[in-house]
Amino acid sequence: MIRFEKVFLAYGDRTVLRDVTLQVPPGGRVALMGPSGCGKTSLLQLAAGLKKPTSGQVISHARRPAYAFQEPRLLPRLTVAQNVNAVLSDGPATMEKAMAALEAVGLREAADRLPHQLSGGMAQRVNLARALAYEGDLLLLDEPLKELDEARQDDILSLLRDHTAGRTLLVTTHDPHVARVLAERVFLWRDGTFVRTK
Amino acid sequence: MDRWKTAWKGMLILAFWLGVWALLARLVDRELLLPGPWLVLERLLRLMGTGDFWRVTAASLTRIVCGTLAAILAGVLLAAATCQSRFLQAALSPVLTAVRSVPVASFILLALIWVGRDVLPGVIVFLMVLPIVWQNVATGIRQTDPSLLELAQLYRFSRWRTMRRVYIPEVAPYFLAACRTSFGVAWKSGVAAEVLTVPQRSIGRRLFESKLYLETADLFAWTVVVVLCSLAIEKLLTTAVNRARRRYTRGGDKP
Repeated sequence: MIRFEKVFLAYGDRTVLRDVTLQVPPGGRVALMGPSGCGKTSLLQLAAGLKKPTSGQVISHARRPAYAFQEPRLLPRLTVAQNVNAVLSDGPATMEKAMAALEAVGLREAADRLPHQLSGGMAQRVNLARALAYEGDLLLLDEPLKELDEARQDDILSLLRDHTAGRTLLVTTHDPHVARVLAERVFLWRDGTFVRTK
Repeated sequence: MDRWKTAWKGMLILAFWLGVWALLARLVDRELLLPGPWLVLERLLRLMGTGDFWRVTAASLTRIVCGTLAAILAGVLLAAATCQSRFLQAALSPVLTAVRSVPVASFILLALIWVGRDVLPGVIVFLMVLPIVWQNVATGIRQTDPSLLELAQLYRFSRWRTMRRVYIPEVAPYFLAACRTSFGVAWKSGVAAEVLTVPQRSIGRRLFESKLYLETADLFAWTVVVVLCSLAIEKLLTTAVNRARRRYTRGGDKP
C-alpha cells in the first residue's frame, strides 16, 4: 500500500506537486495521466523513496520497490544480461532469471550487447526486463511504452499486464489505452493536482 | 593491420628525430657539447654490461615506484574521503593547494632536513604524485552519473556493488589518466631529487657525476635509461589497470 497525504513538492521556486492526496491499496493498480512536466515522474520518485516531499506525507509499506525509469539508466559498461542481473544477486546464481526476463521482452539474442549497441526501444525493453526480474512488491512504471515501436507495444503491454497481476502498480502514461489495460483506477492532472476519474 | 601501421609510423618518427640529432651532432662536432646517437648507444651498451648499472637502476626504480604507488593509494583514499565529507574536503583542500604550489626544489631541501637521502627521492615522488591522483580521482567521483547512483540506491546495491558496478567504471578513465601523468612526473621529480641529494646508488648520482666529469655521452645514456624506465612502467601500469577494469566490469557472471 502507498498513500500520499497533502503532498507538496517544490524545486526552488517552482512547485511541482500541489496538495496531492491519493492512495494505492495493496495489489491496487493506479495510472497517473497528465501533460509533460505536471509532476507524474516526481510522484513515482516520491513513491520509490528517491525524493522527500517538501510538505505532506508519503506512507509506503513497500519493502522492495522496482522502478522502470523513463530513461533506461543502463550501466554503460555492462552487457544487457549483466544489467538485468546487476539488480538481482549480481552473480551467476541469478543469471538464468535475468535471461528469462530478457526472453520475455524479446531480447535474449541481445544479451551480450553493450548499452551503446542498442536502439532506444531495445534499451527501454531492458529497463522493463530489469524491473520485472526484480519482483518488487511495488512496481513503478514511468511511461513504459516510451521509445517502443508500435508493432512491439501490444506485446509489451500484455506482458506488463500479466506480470503485474496481483502486484501494487503505479504507472504514468499519456496514453489512455495503456491506462485502461494496466490500471483499475486512473488519476488525471487537473487544476494543478491529480483527481480520480469516474 | 592498423597495429603494424602504427608501429611503422612510430618507427619512422623515431628515425626522423634520431636523424635530426645525428645531423646536429655532426654540425656541432664536439662530443662534449652534443654527442651523437651512436656514441650514446655505445655508452649505454657498455654501461648495461656492468653489474653496477643494474643495481643503480633497480635502486632508483624501487624508490620511484614505491613513492608513486604509495601516492596513488593515498590519493585514491583521500579522494574518496573528501568526496564523502564536506568537512574533510574543507579541511584538506588547503593541503592539496599547498603541495601543488610549493616548488619541488623547496620540498627537496626541506625534506633533506627531515629524512635520510636514500628515502628522500621516494618522499618527493609521493608529494608530487599525490595531488595529481587525488584531484583526478575526486573529479571522477564527482562526475559519476547521479542517475546511476539513484538506480543503485533504489535497487539496494551494497556499498561494494555500487563501487564495483557504478563508481569503478566511471572513475577508471580519470584514474588511468592520473596514473599516466603520475609516472612521468614521478621520474622527473624523483631523479631531480636524486641529483640534489646524491644517494649512493641512484641514477641521479650517476647523472651528477657525468656532468661533474664532463662525460656528456654518459649523461645522455643515463637520461635514455630514465626515459625507457618511465615508458616501460607506464605501459605496464596501463595494461594492468585496463585488465583490472575489464575484470571488474565484464567478468564473473556471463550467461
